Amino acid sequence: MRIAVIAFVLSLGLAGAAFAQEGAKLEPANNNIANVGSLQRGAKYFVNYCLGCHSAKYVRYNRMAQDLQITEKQLVENLMFTGERPFDTMANAMRPADATRWFGRPPPDLSLMARARGADYIYTFLHSFYAAPNRPTGVDNIVLPGTAMPHVLWKLQGVQHAKFTTDAEHGGAQVFEGFESVRSGDLSAEEYDNVVRDIVNFLDYIGEPIKMQRQQLGIRVIGFLLVFLLIAYMLKREIWKDVH
Amino acid sequence: MASSEADVLDRLGSGLRALGAWIDDRFPMTKLIKEHATEYYASKNFNVWYGFGILATFVLVLQLVTGIFLTMNYKPAAADAFASVEYIMRDVNWGWLIRYLHSTGASAFFIVVYLHMFRGLLYGSYKKPRELVWIIGMFIYLCLMAEGFFGYLLPWGNMSYWGAQVIVSLFGSIPVVGNGLSEWIRGDFFISDITLNRFFAFHVIAVPLMLVMLVVVHIMALHEVGSNNPDGIEIKEHKGPDGKPIDGVAFHPYHTSKDLVIIIVFLIAFAAVVFFAPDMGGYFLEHANFEPANQLQTPPEIAPVWYFTPFYAMLRAVPNKLAGVVLMGTAVLLPFFLPWLDRCRVKSIRYRGTVYKVALMVFAVSFIGLGYCGLQKPTEMVYLFCRIFTILYFAFFVLMPFYSRHEKTKPVPTRVTP
Amino acid sequence: MAPLVKGCSVAESTGFTRRHFLTVATLVTGGAGVVGTAVPFVSSFNPSARAQALGGPVQFDISKLERGALAKVEWRGRPIYIVHRTEEMLASLGKDEALLRDPTSKESAQPSYATNEHRSLRPEFLVLEGVCTHLGCAPLPRFEVAPADLGPNWPGGFFCPCHGSRFDLAGRVFQGVPAPLNLPVPAYRFVNDNTLLIGSDTGNS
Repeated sequence: MRIAVIAFVLSLGLAGAAFAQEGAKLEPANNNIANVGSLQRGAKYFVNYCLGCHSAKYVRYNRMAQDLQITEKQLVENLMFTGERPFDTMANAMRPADATRWFGRPPPDLSLMARARGADYIYTFLHSFYAAPNRPTGVDNIVLPGTAMPHVLWKLQGVQHAKFTTDAEHGGAQVFEGFESVRSGDLSAEEYDNVVRDIVNFLDYIGEPIKMQRQQLGIRVIGFLLVFLLIAYMLKREIWKDVH
Repeated sequence: MASSEADVLDRLGSGLRALGAWIDDRFPMTKLIKEHATEYYASKNFNVWYGFGILATFVLVLQLVTGIFLTMNYKPAAADAFASVEYIMRDVNWGWLIRYLHSTGASAFFIVVYLHMFRGLLYGSYKKPRELVWIIGMFIYLCLMAEGFFGYLLPWGNMSYWGAQVIVSLFGSIPVVGNGLSEWIRGDFFISDITLNRFFAFHVIAVPLMLVMLVVVHIMALHEVGSNNPDGIEIKEHKGPDGKPIDGVAFHPYHTSKDLVIIIVFLIAFAAVVFFAPDMGGYFLEHANFEPANQLQTPPEIAPVWYFTPFYAMLRAVPNKLAGVVLMGTAVLLPFFLPWLDRCRVKSIRYRGTVYKVALMVFAVSFIGLGYCGLQKPTEMVYLFCRIFTILYFAFFVLMPFYSRHEKTKPVPTRVTP
Repeated sequence: MAPLVKGCSVAESTGFTRRHFLTVATLVTGGAGVVGTAVPFVSSFNPSARAQALGGPVQFDISKLERGALAKVEWRGRPIYIVHRTEEMLASLGKDEALLRDPTSKESAQPSYATNEHRSLRPEFLVLEGVCTHLGCAPLPRFEVAPADLGPNWPGGFFCPCHGSRFDLAGRVFQGVPAPLNLPVPAYRFVNDNTLLIGSDTGNS
């Protein structure tokens, strides 16, 4: 036992010392899927800004409404515009062939985007569009350079430029320095952060709608197991009295 | 009132006994129960390391049950597989729980089995008379690797796809037949619907069947020779006047009551993962696997699932495709020969010489180190460590006949220590 | 088990009682755990969210359905018969009651608003599940009166090809045939004058 523990700690220490982790710098989204208000706002933004091009084809409207504490009437009136039925999934009307013609490839389904890339990635992505007049969409993105996605939220955020410096030491590579706002949008920076956070929160939720219930059930299951452990341990002690 | 109740109980009891006798005349029920439970004697001084066998059996059952329920909703076709997994996660009642139990169970299986095997290394459980137990166990491990590999393709995520692509390509490195072999395995020129369909058949029928049979044989062989113990001595050599080993206690109720406690402790840790971290930070369920398989785009950070990474790291250590594959294959096969590589007569680490203690520790460090390196992005530093650990891994086995022959061992007690 | 029970009542030693108690407690807790674990597995067999979505209510436009005609709609994998009954058809319902097994639909399955002589919300529109109450075949619509093969007493109705069960134009079963009950009526309502919704009689969708 001792050997195993020492071996384990040693190897982790060795390996940890050898490789320091590096990675793209992402801003923390700090979203909270327990915040139902944020999820409701996020659902509204999602339907208005995202669902036109992206789908969330594994998400059912009625399930979402139930989890977000929205009545079926509110759901139909505020979040469903194209004649779906409440038990339908959040598909979009865009045909893949059209999408490919317009964007080069169909916009990805967003049901699992938060699980695949992480909430921080999407949060940073939606903050990292900058004006790039030579691109067909007029914008580029620091997180995903060359993205086919236009800056759908530009009216809210405004327009920003990206500042680069040239790194002479590494063959003149362009190093990203920061953003510079050139035209303010309808929202303040803080309000924009909140809108993006709500969208990210909603995407986080649809990535795994069961998450909250899962954790609640987990507490009960572990509680039960602790009680069972106590009883089983007492029985073991009782039975092993014969041996010693 | 009370007397009539006792009467009913008595009659019920005699009825059951009659039924038992009826069955015993036709099937050795009582005999089997005695041989494998109530009169199977195992040492009374088992420590925690001796719990991983029962845990492995438990996880096997868990995987079989959850697996059967998953097949009821999963569709083994390239066009439907990814969506059917999401269907299980979202639309099927409790499907998410069944799937998380299965995906967490896969990793748990390997954790438990690796610890179970390490127990064998600690206490010399592979030595005479348990060579066959060990070898059958190694076959179980191979089956488990096959099971993990085939099962990993089924979600048809992008990591599934490219993981299968890489591993099937390994067979392509074999001279002459390699390319044909890869095509034969895939049944196509790339990992396709056809490949998925046959991997499904292997994952849900062929390999589990083999696995269950091997586990039965493993346990039968073990019960024939008797369990080892942390002192590495044979309890059968000291029997009491009743013919039972003095240092042994019956499997039931002594070890069963102890194993139950071990299983519950395991379940608490297991439930913590299932309910609070089913992705396990991307190690149990990898992030890239939440995107459907895409033949045109390899995930930016591709590594096999964690339980394969020790061997995958060896592949990285060698700058030659064929040599890497041969090395990897050898690394998996070497433990088969352990019973004959180890020349030391003493079984337990408690009484073995410093040289083996050091060797085993170095081996454990290099195995975990290899696993860690296999998960990292490939840099020069990673390659260097991969090579060092690979050499150490092989040295443990290849040099064993030499360093274990003249070990300075401590005297082994004749009876087990408490 | 028998000696345990006896020893317990005698209470020979405290250790024995304690062991007995702990064994039972462990078995009961473990049993509860197994049952609790079985619940998700058993419940996973129930219709999933997708099955429920696909089994959701179905709309039908009745404005195109002529008098005396029948339309079939699929709902939850069953044929639903919608008949636009003529005055003659409705009139025939009152005449054959003596020949029926359950003329007032007391035993049969239908919503309360269809528990009347014409078994429907609006008298002229009959909505039925086309599932024979005998063994589940789909009865054939035979609306002609007294055809050669069904005999002179046939008032028009439904005839099951599997075992010859007979139903009238309100889906009520005749005596002397294998089917025990009238054809069931599903839940339905009229969303507006021309739109029939099958599968739901509440809500606004």
